[in-house]
Amino acid sequence: MLPGKKCLLVLAASVLASQASATELRIGIELPDLKVAEYHKPYVAIWLENKDTRAVTNLDVWYDADMADNEGNKWLKDMRQWWRKSGRSLDMPVDGITSATRGPGQYDLSFRSNQARLADLPAGNYQLRVEAAREVGGRELLSIPFQWPVDGSFSATANGSKELGDVVLSIQP
Amino acid sequence: MKPLKLLSAAVLAGATLMSMQVNAHRAWILPDVTVLSGEEPVVAFDAAVSNEIFNFDHFALNVKSVRITAPDGSMVEPENAAKARYRSTFDLTLKQEGTYRVFIASQGLRARWEKSDGKRGSYPGRGEDYTQEGFDKNVPKNAKNLKVSQYSRRLETFVTAGEPSDNANKVTGQGFEMKPVTHPTDLYVGEDATFQFLIDGKPAKGAKVTLIREGSRYRNDQEAIELTTSRQGNIQIDWPAPGRYFLEAEYKDDDAKKPATERTGSYVGVFEVLPD
Repeated sequence: MLPGKKCLLVLAASVLASQASATELRIGIELPDLKVAEYHKPYVAIWLENKDTRAVTNLDVWYDADMADNEGNKWLKDMRQWWRKSGRSLDMPVDGITSATRGPGQYDLSFRSNQARLADLPAGNYQLRVEAAREVGGRELLSIPFQWPVDGSFSATANGSKELGDVVLSIQP
Repeated sequence: MKPLKLLSAAVLAGATLMSMQVNAHRAWILPDVTVLSGEEPVVAFDAAVSNEIFNFDHFALNVKSVRITAPDGSMVEPENAAKARYRSTFDLTLKQEGTYRVFIASQGLRARWEKSDGKRGSYPGRGEDYTQEGFDKNVPKNAKNLKVSQYSRRLETFVTAGEPSDNANKVTGQGFEMKPVTHPTDLYVGEDATFQFLIDGKPAKGAKVTLIREGSRYRNDQEAIELTTSRQGNIQIDWPAPGRYFLEAEYKDDDAKKPATERTGSYVGVFEVLPD
């Protein structure tokens, strides 16, 4: 058993080392507590968009994935920009990207440059885009421009007005 | 008496469609939504002839003449079709991924002449469809002031499940048609759209195009967009606001095949423009 364990330890150490050297991209998203008669948790799409190539890197999509007969897919189009730029060409659900809807609150997401989604991200001008659409409610799209990769730490905020609260992007090299 | 009433309404609706240019009534097929997601989504349509865009204030269009092509090119039938006084309705289940074309199209020869008693003769008659046989039988070849024109009429709209597909820009090469350069279910405010008009497969230069956004009842001004097609048959549209648009195009030239001396085309499309 010893050689195996040692091997595992070496592997763990190398993962730690690479994580320490990997750039971290953190996204804070606030879903506001809306005082409305009929509240449904919003569908939210979070993606990176290359300003030149328009290529889309999906980070997270929150929707009603577990309804019977995929009923929840019917409303994906309401995230209009995301649907147009990526959703309509995807086979939903997508492993590691799609998950259930979330209620009002503050959500922190973290992605590392050595993880699958960011590892292949070419250098360039990007926008972080967060789009929220709520059944019998409104829709809002926020964008934060940034450069990839970063030289130093980067942080920027976009302020939502209705369906989204503050969206914060911070990148730590 | 009921069947008779329905019949006369259908005949009148047909006649109204024919004289569209004259009395400014507008015939259209209106989808409730054009961009869809999910499994086998269903789209509801209204079909009517109206003054206001898009209200039901004049006649129902006959659903029987509606044709639908699926993304793979096959023909599918409208579902739950019903005709009310001012509008017809039907549903369409989008079983395939891609773009469906929903349309009414006809073409043929139209003739007008002066009868021996001085009254006007015409073919096809009210509510009558053109056939070569009917034309040969009914049109007196040596009539006074005989004028024959080649006509082509098309009403259409497009809806898409999932990714838009290229079959939307397939044209027949016959009559007056619109070939979308920008996909007709991928239209957004802030992005110019280009549509090309063709007559018998060739660029239709100088066609007059009018666009009116839905909700005209709630505006003092129709806010019509007036355009003329370029030498290539193109128009470029800078959408001023989101909504569904009624597009009407009229074309006329003298490049007709005998016995016709003029070629006319009328086209109506309904397109949905989404906000950015």
